[in-house]
Amino acid sequence: MKKISAMDRILLLLTGLIAAYQVVAGMSGCCAVVIIYFTIAFGILLITGLLLIIFGFEILDNSIVVVVAALLPLSLSSGLIARYLPDVHIVYLVFAVMGLLLILVTRYYVGGKIATISLAVVHGVAGMVIFILPISLSIKGVSTPLFSLVGIGGALIGVGGLLLAFLKSGKPILSKDLIYSILPGLLLVMTIAFVVGMAAEQ
Amino acid sequence: MELKNLLKIITLVKTKFALYRPLIKSLQTGLLLVTGLTGYMSARCPVMTLYTFLGLSGSLFLAISGSTVLNMVLDRDIDARMARTASRPLPAGKISVKEALFLGLTLSLAGLIWSFSLSFLYGIVVFAGLFIDVVVYTIWLKRKTAWSIVWGGVSGGMPILAGRVLGLGELDIIGGLLSLSILLWIPTHILTFSMHYSDDYARAGIPTFASTYGHKNTRLIIALSSLGVAFSIALGLFFLGLSWGYLRLLAVLTVGMFGLVLISVFRPSESINFGLFKYASLYMLSSMFMVVLGVF
Repeated sequence: MKKISAMDRILLLLTGLIAAYQVVAGMSGCCAVVIIYFTIAFGILLITGLLLIIFGFEILDNSIVVVVAALLPLSLSSGLIARYLPDVHIVYLVFAVMGLLLILVTRYYVGGKIATISLAVVHGVAGMVIFILPISLSIKGVSTPLFSLVGIGGALIGVGGLLLAFLKSGKPILSKDLIYSILPGLLLVMTIAFVVGMAAEQ
Repeated sequence: MELKNLLKIITLVKTKFALYRPLIKSLQTGLLLVTGLTGYMSARCPVMTLYTFLGLSGSLFLAISGSTVLNMVLDRDIDARMARTASRPLPAGKISVKEALFLGLTLSLAGLIWSFSLSFLYGIVVFAGLFIDVVVYTIWLKRKTAWSIVWGGVSGGMPILAGRVLGLGELDIIGGLLSLSILLWIPTHILTFSMHYSDDYARAGIPTFASTYGHKNTRLIIALSSLGVAFSIALGLFFLGLSWGYLRLLAVLTVGMFGLVLISVFRPSESINFGLFKYASLYMLSSMFMVVLGVF
C-alpha cells in the first residue's frame, strides 16, 4: 500500500485548515439547520484530513469509510437544498436519511450488486445536486458567478466519493495506489472550491 | 588570539546547547509555554503589553525548563532502564549529575525570581506548578502510585492558569476551567503513551494505570477523561464569549476525539491507541489556537 508522504500531509493539513475556517465562518443569513448541514460536511473534511495525517492511508481500509464518504455529499447537498430550495427540503432530507440507511444496510447485511447500486444511486443524486444547483443558480443570476465553484467542488467530490466507494466495494475504477496518490490533492482542490464559492455568496 | 578565544567560546556554547536542549524536552516545554501564552491572551487587552508578554514567555520558559531538568536529574535511574529514554544525556553519561542539577536549579530560580517580579500572584502560581511537578509528582508519588499522574496533570495545568492570572490580576472561573481541561487532557496523553510503552515502564518499575488496573480499565479512564476535557474546554470557551463558529469547530474536533475513544474502547489496537495520543495533542493545540483567535 502507498505510504503517506510529507507532501500528502501538507495537502491534508491545508485541507483541514480551510475546512476549519469554513466551520468557524459558517454562512451568514442562513438558518441554523443549514449551518448544521455545512458544519457536518466541512467537519467530515476536517476530521478526514486529520485522521489521514495521523493514521496514513491504512485508515481507508476501515469499512466505515464508505458510509462517511456518502455522508459528506449528503450533508452538503442537504444544506444547499435547505437554503435554496426550502420547499423540497423535507423530501430531500427523507431521501438523504433513507439513502444513508440503505448504504449501511446493504453494505453490512446484503452486499453484492445491490450494495454497489445503492451506493451509486445515493452518491449520484447527492453529487448531481451539488454539481447542478450552484451552477444553475449562478447562470440564472440568483447567485454570484463564483458560487458555481461549489458545483465544481461537487463534481470533484463525486469523483472522489465514487473512486473510494467502488474501491471499497471491490470493483476499483482506478488502482488503489493511484487513488491514494490523487486523493490529498483532490480533497484540497475540492475544499478550496467549496469555501471560495461559499465565501462569494456571503 | 582574541578571535581564537571567541571561536573557542562559540564552540563551547554550541556544545553545551546541544547537550542541554534534550534536557528541557523542547516539544513538551513548547506546548506548555503555548498554554501559558494562551491563558494570558485569553485575558485580552488592555493588560497585554510587550514588556509583560516577554516577561511571561521568559519566566515561564525558565521555570518549565528548570523543572524539566530537575525531573531528568531525579528520574535518571528510571530513564536508564527504559529503552525509549536510555540515550538521554544523563543516563547516557554525556553530562554530569552535578552540572544538570546546577542547570535545573539555576533555571528554576531565575524563572521564579522573574515571575515574582512580574506579579506576586503569578509568582505563586508558577511556584505551585514547579513545586507540585518536582516535589509532589516526581519525588513523592511517581514511584509509588499510578495516581501520581493526577498531580502531573495539576502541575501541567498551572502554566495556563499562570498566564490567565498575569493577564487578569486575579483567579477566576475561566482560568480554572482552562486549567482543568489541561489537567484532564494530561491523563489522556500520558495513559495512551504509557500503554504504548508499557514494557518500558514495567522494566523501570513505574506503576501505571495499565499495569495496575489493566488496559481495558485504562481505556475507560481515557474515555472519561476525554469527556471531561471536552466539557471543561467547551465551558471555558463559552464563558470567554467565543463566537458560535469556534464552538462549532470545537464540537467537530470533539466528535473526532470521541470517535477515536470509542474505537479505542470497543475495538482496541496499538495503532488506534497511539493515534488517539496524537489526536489528543492536536486537539489541545487547536483549542489553544481557538482561544487566541477567538478573543481577538
